[in-house]
This record gives sequence, structure tokens and C-alpha cells, in this order.
Amino acid sequence: MTSPSPSASSAPLPVPETASSFRVAAVSGMRADHLAALAGCARELSFEPGQVLFREGGVADTLYLIRSGTVALEMFVPARGSISIDTVGAGDLVGWSWLFPPYRLQFDARALTAVTAGAVDAACLRTRMAQDPELAADLLFHLAQVLAGRLSATRMRLLDVYRNPAER
Amino acid sequence: MSTGTRPSAEAALPATAPLSSSPAAPAAPVVAEMTPRPFRVVDRVRETPDTWTLRLVPDDGGPTIDAVPGQFTMVYAFGVGEVPVSVSAVPSDGVPLTHTVRAVGAVTEAICAAKPGDVLGVRGPFGRGWPLDQAVGRDVLVIAGGLGLAPLWPVVHALARRDSAGRAAAVLVGGRTPADLPYRDELARLAAQTGLQVLVTVDRADPGWDGRVGVVTALLPDARFDPARTVAFLCGPEVMMRVTAAALTDAGVPAHRVHLSMERNMHCGIGHCGRCQLGPMLLCLHGPVCDYGRLSPLLTIREL
Ligand SMILES: Cc1cc2nc3c(=O)[nH]c(=O)nc-3n(C[C@H](O)[C@H](O)[C@H](O)COP(=O)(O)OP(=O)(O)OC[C@H]3O[C@@H](n4cnc5c(N)ncnc54)[C@H](O)[C@@H]3O)c2cc1C
Repeated sequence: MTSPSPSASSAPLPVPETASSFRVAAVSGMRADHLAALAGCARELSFEPGQVLFREGGVADTLYLIRSGTVALEMFVPARGSISIDTVGAGDLVGWSWLFPPYRLQFDARALTAVTAGAVDAACLRTRMAQDPELAADLLFHLAQVLAGRLSATRMRLLDVYRNPAER
Repeated sequence: MSTGTRPSAEAALPATAPLSSSPAAPAAPVVAEMTPRPFRVVDRVRETPDTWTLRLVPDDGGPTIDAVPGQFTMVYAFGVGEVPVSVSAVPSDGVPLTHTVRAVGAVTEAICAAKPGDVLGVRGPFGRGWPLDQAVGRDVLVIAGGLGLAPLWPVVHALARRDSAGRAAAVLVGGRTPADLPYRDELARLAAQTGLQVLVTVDRADPGWDGRVGVVTALLPDARFDPARTVAFLCGPEVMMRVTAAALTDAGVPAHRVHLSMERNMHCGIGHCGRCQLGPMLLCLHGPVCDYGRLSPLLTIREL
């Protein structure tokens, strides 16, 4: 399935080979030169099933663009263990704590399956965004779209639509 | 012979609400349609903490009820009351009349408490089922929320057997918690042993859960389907169906090929009493399966 995305307003610029890896759905509507900027800050990573991408409390230094596989966002709850709060699949992204000080990770992220991801270095990205407001606006627009989707999905879950009406 | 309205009867949709005048119908069939037949429980399986599957055979020497996927019967717990319940397996699956029931109130509690040997009253089948003919040559999406999987379960089995001659088939299931997922083992078996793509997610995980967490629509990007050539069958809580149907049409699935099973309260089952009216439709007759093209204007009107 492909999702519709806002089309780029400017003429496409030549895109370096590496930028093709950023054509994940969440950012695919970004301008080609902006995708190239992301690619310039990134490296390709892969994770085995069960491998941890990051842990709560750590420094938020990476934006992960998930190319394949599924990542679980988890939190360790004493006496219960690790609870998966949300899962994120291919085409989606993980991690935005790098956007705001104190750049501290809020959750654990663990690969549920084999995962490949574009890992964008946050310090590099913040520098580029400071230099190029259009890049910043384009990226923030796409991040906001993902966040809005996550927020409505979370609100839907708060409705608890599957509960047994007999429960009080 | 069953006397229920079969999907092939295709009751015409009235242009205006038909409530004021009862449809003129011969007296004898109505009496037969209104009279429960005794069915004996031959098997009872607990699916989840509050849900049981019952298999029922006629106890009056007559034939079983020959329903098609998506139809329902009225099941009567003697002395307690009668409620509509979808068939969760059909005779073509080679099993007796099968219902999966969640105990939510007096009647469903009594039905779920019925043990092998006990007798329940059953009449039907009623309503229009899933338009499985639309699956031919198309990608099929089955999307269920919670026990909404029950009315879709015969469809899932037909897809697993590739009865429908469709293209790709994906089954997307959303549940409250892992323990609340009906048919969990059988879903895992179908995923492993058939060509079905099975994706499952829960609203709330427990520590052992290694699957997806989130709303059922979050599974859509992983489902294999070509929106323009897709037919979708949805069942679950109304909010879940509303949001899912909107997501499907946003993705490009034509609204008239998104089919929902609507579970409004029903009483007579034969379009007589008007309890299940939704706009111009009587859901027991024109539904419970309706397409989103027809339903979408009605789903957001709060008074309906
Ligand atoms: C066409 C159709 C098919 C159905 N198929 C199944 C099925 O396969 N398995 C199954 O377990 N149930 C099914 N139902 C729902 C079932 O009919 C109701 O759960 C039942 O009528 C409740 O009766 P009760 O006396 O046990 O509870 P009540 O005391 O009448 O209701 C208990 C609580 O459940 C709520 N409730 C009742 N009916 C519904 C409903 N339809 N949707 C949402 N909430 C409801 C009530 O508002 C109340 O809060 C179906 C309903 C319809 C209309």
C-alpha cells in the first residue's frame, strides 16, 4: 500500500545514491534535496530480532527510519517486566527525543523481527536544520504528521472499544 | 427447510423508512420464522475468559440451519431471552451450526453457560451475508476487531481454502489484550500453513507478548493489497469499523467494496418490529452486512 504524500514544490535536484534509502513512507514526501541532507547525516544499520536499538534514559542521538521489520517501544515496569507500548513497522520512524533538550530517551526500543533502518545522526541533523530553515520545516512537517497519527491512534486505544460492556 | 431471508433474496432497499407499515407477508412463514426450534449443544469450547464457541445440532429431527457467512440466527436461552448471534462456521465447513458468543449480559451469559446436552432455541438464518462473489479476482482484506472475528471466521476459512478464487488475502485482527484474542491458535496455524497473510495487534500488551501493539489500522501498511482492486470485509465495534473504513477509502479502496457487519440491536429478525432501523434500512433484513458507500452518511448521525 502506498500512502498519498504532499508533493514537493521545487524542481527535483540530483539525489545521491544513498538518498534512495530514505524513501520510507514517513518522509517520502520530503523534497529530494532535503532527503539528500538526511542521507548525508545517516548510516545504514540492521538489527537482529530481540536486539535493542536504544534504552530509556540514554542520550537521544538518532532518528531511525525503519526500512523493514518491526520495532517495539517498551517500558520496564517493576514486578511486571518489559511492556510493549506500541509497535512501529516498515516505512515509519522511531525517535524524536533528539529534537528537544535534554535529548533523553523516554522508552526502550527493541527489534521484534529482523530490522533494517536508516540511522540519522541527530547532532548532524540539528546543525543542518539550523542552517536551512526550509529543511527544518519540511522535516518537522513530516514528523508532525507521524506524531499526529500516533496521537490519534493512542486516543483510540484510550477509548478501549473492545472492553466487555459488562465490566464496570 | 429454513425460512430465513437468504442473501440471494436481496431485499430491495426502500427509499423511505418502512416503519409505519409492516410488510404484508403470509401468516404461516412469519409464525415459522418467529418460532424457535430446539437445538442441542454438542460441544462447548472456551475461546477467551468471557467467550465460548458452541456447536449445535437440531433436536427436533429436522435439518440444521443452512446459513451463509455473515448471516445470523436468533438464539433463545429458555426463560431468559433471545439475541442475534452470527454464525461462526457454516455447514460447508463440515461442522454443525456454530456460534461464538461473548457473555455481556443476561442472555449471552445464559447462552455461554449452556453445556453439552443442554437445549437452546434457534431460529433463522436471517439477514444478508458477506458478498463473497466480489472476492473473485480481487485482493481480499478481512479486518476484525475483538469478537468481530466471529462473523468473519467462515470467510477466513474460505480464503484459507482459496474457495473465493481471489488474489492476495490478508486477515488483520485487533484485540484488547493477547488473552482476549479469539481463535488465537487457529489463526497462528492458518498463518503458518496457508497462503493467508495474518497480522494481529493488541491495544494493551502483557509482558509475554512479542507481537504488534496498536490500533488495527496501523497494520494496513504491512498488508498486501492493491487498493483499487480490493474488497474489504470488516466487523468489530462500530468506532473501529468507522475509522477503518475511512482509512481504507483514504487509501483508495472504493467505498462500495468496503463491507461492514452492523450490530444494532435486533428483535424479530424478519423486518417486522423496526428495532434495528438505521436510517432507511432495517439491518436484520438489509444487513447486517452493508457497504460503506451506503453506510457512511448514516454512521456519523448520532440519533440513529
Ligand atoms: C447481527 C448481529 C450479530 C451478532 N453476532 C454476535 C456474535 O456472533 N457473538 C456475540 O457474542 N454477540 C453477537 N451479537 C451481539 C449480541 O446480540 C449482544 O451481545 C446481545 O444481544 C446482548 O444481550 P444480553 O442480554 O446478553 O445483554 P444486554 O443486557 O442486552 O446487554 C449487555 C450490554 O451489552 C451491550 N450490547 C448489547 N448488544 C450489543 C451490540 N450489538 N453491540 C454492542 N454492545 C451491545 C448493551 O448496551 C449492554 O451494555 C450480534 C448482534 C447482532 C445485531
